[in-house]
Amino acid sequence: MLDDVIDFLEPYTYLIIGSVKALIIAGALLGIVPALVWLERRLMGRFQVRLGPNRVGPFGLGQPISDSIKLLFKESIIQSSADKFLFHLAPAIVVFTAIVTFAVIPFGEPITVFGQEIGLWAANVDIGLLFVFAISGMGVYGMVLAGISSNNKYSLMGGLRSSAQMISYELTLGLAALSIIVLTGSLNLIDMVNSQNSYPNILIQPLAFLLFFIAGVAETNRAPFDLPEAEQELVAGFHTEYTGMKFAMFFMGEYINMVTMSALVTLLFLGGWNAYGIPVWPIIAFSGKVFFLLFVFIWLRSTFPRIRYDRLMTFGWKVLVPLSLLNLLITSVFVVL
Amino acid sequence: MIAQTFDGVKNLIIGLGVTFKNLFTTPVTISYPEVKRIMPERYRGRHFLNRDENGLEKCIGCSLCSINCPVGCIHVVSAENDPERPVSPGERYAEIYEINLLRCIYCGYCEEACPVDAVVLREHYELADYDRDTYIATKGDLLVYPEPNKFKVNILGNTTRI
Repeated sequence: MLDDVIDFLEPYTYLIIGSVKALIIAGALLGIVPALVWLERRLMGRFQVRLGPNRVGPFGLGQPISDSIKLLFKESIIQSSADKFLFHLAPAIVVFTAIVTFAVIPFGEPITVFGQEIGLWAANVDIGLLFVFAISGMGVYGMVLAGISSNNKYSLMGGLRSSAQMISYELTLGLAALSIIVLTGSLNLIDMVNSQNSYPNILIQPLAFLLFFIAGVAETNRAPFDLPEAEQELVAGFHTEYTGMKFAMFFMGEYINMVTMSALVTLLFLGGWNAYGIPVWPIIAFSGKVFFLLFVFIWLRSTFPRIRYDRLMTFGWKVLVPLSLLNLLITSVFVVL
Repeated sequence: MIAQTFDGVKNLIIGLGVTFKNLFTTPVTISYPEVKRIMPERYRGRHFLNRDENGLEKCIGCSLCSINCPVGCIHVVSAENDPERPVSPGERYAEIYEINLLRCIYCGYCEEACPVDAVVLREHYELADYDRDTYIATKGDLLVYPEPNKFKVNILGNTTRI
């Protein structure tokens, strides 16, 4: 009986492994969001010489849980003038694209379990980096649709801003990544990490790293580039009309995007899971670097004020894009010679 | 333009440095109900009546505090001391000494007027209560001096009472 089952399942092993990996990664990503919210609020407090949340549980660790429960039980209000279908679809798109982007992110060397080699990634795609950009570009739709379907001028403004901002900064993001692609000669993220065995790319491409990180912060709509949700001018931007869990889904999307962007910077510039002589597991090295970048994200948010909209555009088009083009040119010349 | 850019970047880094330094300073927050602030030495909080080194009440019932009080919230009735069992070192003592804490404006004029340093305003500041009657502080309330709270702050910013 058991043998029959095993014989039947044998050809589908890769499917089972794939599904389990997908489940674990999606679950971990959703689970990391409350932890990240807690970390952000706690760290922001300390950056601003406050305490941060410390009432619920030890060190305030229960705060995100209580917040999630509150959001789950909140009444979901949809104003009558909204486009119901798109209104429901928008937050789903944001979370969906955020999770799917993580599918091609590798976070460690392959390990062997029960004689079966398992790569620590959901999918080893040859066009890995392109896939990331394609899917994270789709995330803009979620915000634009949220803005349009809300039938509210603030939401519309927020949606428009986010589309303009993300399209402008995606250019820099792509061009900065292109210099790394030129260096490595591959779009595969695992190849990129393996090519950084002896030294991380940040040492030879510091400008590309800086450009990529700035564009990454803008791409994830984090402060100081959080114009789509500028509360002083736009109430809350594209998610003004959202309540309860649908609002929380936008939040989730933003935090997962933050993790993805940190992981991407780690893979492209900081050498992925290469520990460079420090005796730690590859996966610990990888998560350590990602954690550090998340810390920098929070640090930036608690330090810098939001920049003005026209300056954001000027900065993107007149400074970042020419610089990244120049960087790409110089890199290409060096590679060719 | 390059000089301007470098200046701007320098300022951004200075800003990051300021917030990073904040990470290692103790927070200014006081978790109030658990931790009470230490008030300055000359803070004018609730009134107290002092005793001298022999345990006698310092107050001699002269009513100067009552006369000086701008809102008239102090009521003093003095009586002659019994030479066998004196209550105060002087000839007379305050038989009734009452302060209406609701009417008091905590100006400290009573403290200034007192010739024998009997009435003082100390650092106790939590004076809210549910009952109006408890705001009439009688001699029994005023002669007891509870020690104010002290606390310490650890690196995480959590405060404990010592």
